Amino acid sequence: MSVKNASGAPATLPSTKGATPSPLWAWINKRLPVDQFIQDQLIGYYAPKNFNIWYFFGSIALVVLALQLLTGIFLTMFYKVGETTSFDSVEYIMREVNYGWLIRYLHSTGASAFFIVVYLHMFRAFLYGSYRKPRELLWLFGMAVYLALMAEAFMGYVLPWGNMSFWGAQVIVNLFGTIPGIGPGLVEWIRGDYGIADATLNRFFALHVVALPLGLLLLVVLHLVALRTTGSNNPDGIEIKEKLGPDGKPLDGIPFHPYYTVKDVVGIGIFFVLLAIVVFFVPTLGGLFLESPNFEVANPLSTPEHIAPVWYFTPFYAILRAVPDQRWGALLMLLAVVSFLFVPWLDRSPVKSMRYRGPLSRIALALFALSFVALGYLGLQPAEGLYVVLARIFAAIYFAFFWLMPFYSKFDPVKPVPERVVYHAH
Amino acid sequence: MADNAVVADGDVDLSRRKFLTRATIATGAVGAAFVAVPFIESWAPSERARAQGAPTELDLSKLDAGQMATTVWRKSPIYVVRRTADMVARIAGHDGELKDPNSEKSEQPAYAKNPIRARSDEYLVLVGTCTHLGCLPKQRFSAGELYPSWPGGFFCPCHGSRFDLAGRVFEGSPASLNLRVPPYSYPKPHTLLIGVDEKGAA
Repeated sequence: MSVKNASGAPATLPSTKGATPSPLWAWINKRLPVDQFIQDQLIGYYAPKNFNIWYFFGSIALVVLALQLLTGIFLTMFYKVGETTSFDSVEYIMREVNYGWLIRYLHSTGASAFFIVVYLHMFRAFLYGSYRKPRELLWLFGMAVYLALMAEAFMGYVLPWGNMSFWGAQVIVNLFGTIPGIGPGLVEWIRGDYGIADATLNRFFALHVVALPLGLLLLVVLHLVALRTTGSNNPDGIEIKEKLGPDGKPLDGIPFHPYYTVKDVVGIGIFFVLLAIVVFFVPTLGGLFLESPNFEVANPLSTPEHIAPVWYFTPFYAILRAVPDQRWGALLMLLAVVSFLFVPWLDRSPVKSMRYRGPLSRIALALFALSFVALGYLGLQPAEGLYVVLARIFAAIYFAFFWLMPFYSKFDPVKPVPERVVYHAH
Repeated sequence: MADNAVVADGDVDLSRRKFLTRATIATGAVGAAFVAVPFIESWAPSERARAQGAPTELDLSKLDAGQMATTVWRKSPIYVVRRTADMVARIAGHDGELKDPNSEKSEQPAYAKNPIRARSDEYLVLVGTCTHLGCLPKQRFSAGELYPSWPGGFFCPCHGSRFDLAGRVFEGSPASLNLRVPPYSYPKPHTLLIGVDEKGAA
C-alpha cells in the first residue's frame, strides 16, 4: 500500500476503476487500503479450480448470517421483551405490522436454513478431510461458530414466549443442574429467579440480539482469516500451494474473484428460491421449523404433551433421552457435541479426501450420516419403547464413528493420490 | 540525550522487566476479577424475585381423599395429594424397583425422609417438576394404569420418568432422584403452608 497504488494501476493490481482511477478513489486508497484489500483477499486469493457443489455452503452460510442480522434488526423494532408482552408483540408482528409476517418467517426459516447449510458444510469437511493439518484451527473456529449458533438459536426460540419456548428453556437450563455440586445454584443464577421467568427472558433477549451476534461475527472473521492463511482444501485433498507455476501462483488455483464469486452467486440464487418456497408456502414446515405448542402463550403449569426441540437439536436430544440417568445423559449429549472438536487428531488416514480412502472410512462416514439423521428423527418422537432402543443403537454408532476413527482410518487401505487435482474443463 | 538517561551502559535488565510485566498483569487480573463480581451477581435472583418467593398457603378442607391439588410456590408447581388408605398401602412392596427407596440421595426435609416421604400418611406434598429436566409429571394414580404391575403414581410425559405415590423414582427412568419435597408445615388444621417449617422460611 503506497503511492504506487494510488498513482495508477500496476500490472499485478488491476484497479476496480479502470486504468486511471479517479482522484477521489486515489484519495481514498491513500487513506484506506480498499484496492489492496480486494487485491489480496479476492483477486489475489487463489482457490483450487476443482471445487464442486459442496463448496457452495460456506458462502451461503455468510449470506444467511447477513439475512438473519437484517431481519433480526427489524424484528427488534417491533418486539417487546417481557413475560406479559413478548407473545403479544410477536402476534402483533404477524398480524399488524406491514410485512411483519414476512420478516418473521424469513428469520425463523433462516434459522433452520442456517443449520441445514452448516451441517452440509461440515459434512463436506468430513468428505474431503478439510479439518486435517494444516487446517485444524480453521476447523476449531468453525466449530466455535457452530456452538455459538446453537446458543443463539436456542435463546432465539425462547423469545416468542410460547409454551414450547418456556418448556424448551426449562429443559435446557435444567441440564446445567446435573453438574455435581454447583448445578442447582448455577441453574438459579442462569434463570435469575426460582423458575424460568421474566428475568430469564430478558437476559436471553440481550444475549440473542447483542452479545452472541457480536461473538458470532468475530468468530466468522477468525474462521475466514484462518481460511485465507491455509487456503481452501479441495475434493482431492491435495495442497495446491505445493505446485506453483513460474508466476508463483498455484498451478491448480484460480482467482477467487471473479471465478468463485460468480459461481457462488448462482448457488446463492438457488438457495433463495428454496428459502422462498418454505417462507411463502410452508413456513412452519409441518411443525419442524415452528412447533405448534409455540402458538400458545407460555404456561408454567402446563407441560406440552410432548416436548421436542427444533429439528437441528434433536440428534443430541435423542442421545440425552437414550440414557436412563440424567447426569450421564447430559454428559453424553455434551460429548456428542464436543467429539467434533477432536476430529483433526482422531483421523489417522494418510490421505485426506474420501476419494482416495478405502471402504472402512467410507462405510464409517455413511453410517455416521445415517445415525445423525436417524437420531434427529428419534429426537422428535416420544421417548418410549422401540424409539429408545433405536436411539441407543444409533448413539453407539454415532460415538463409534468418532472414537474408533484412530483405528479404522489408520488401517483402511488407501488409493494413490494424484500429483495434481482432477479437473475436467467443461 | 545521555546514555545514562535510561540505563547505564545501555543494558536492559530483562529479568527485572519480565518481573514487572508479570506483576502488572497479575495485578490487572485481580482487578478484573473484582470488576467481574457485580456483573456476575446481577444475574442472581433480584430482591423482587426473592420477595415473590414468599411462602404459599393452601386450604386443605376442600380436598377430597384420592384427589390432587396444584398450587405454585417459587414459580414451581406444588402437588398436594390427599392419599387414601389404599393409596398408602400401594407405596409399599416395590422398594426393589426403586432407584432411591430410602431417599438417601434425594432432596427433602428430614421429616419427609421416610418411605411415605411426608409428615403423615394422608398428605403428600411434592414439588411437581420432574427431577430429570423439569417437566410436570402427570397423575397416574390408579393401579395398573400404565402397565399391569403399576402401583399408581406419577408419569412424566417428556422423557418417561415414573414415580410412585410417595414420589419415589422407578428404575429405568431417566430421572435419578425422587421428586423433591418442599419445606412445609400446618400452622392451623386444614391449612398447609409451603416454604415454612420449624426451621423457619426456606
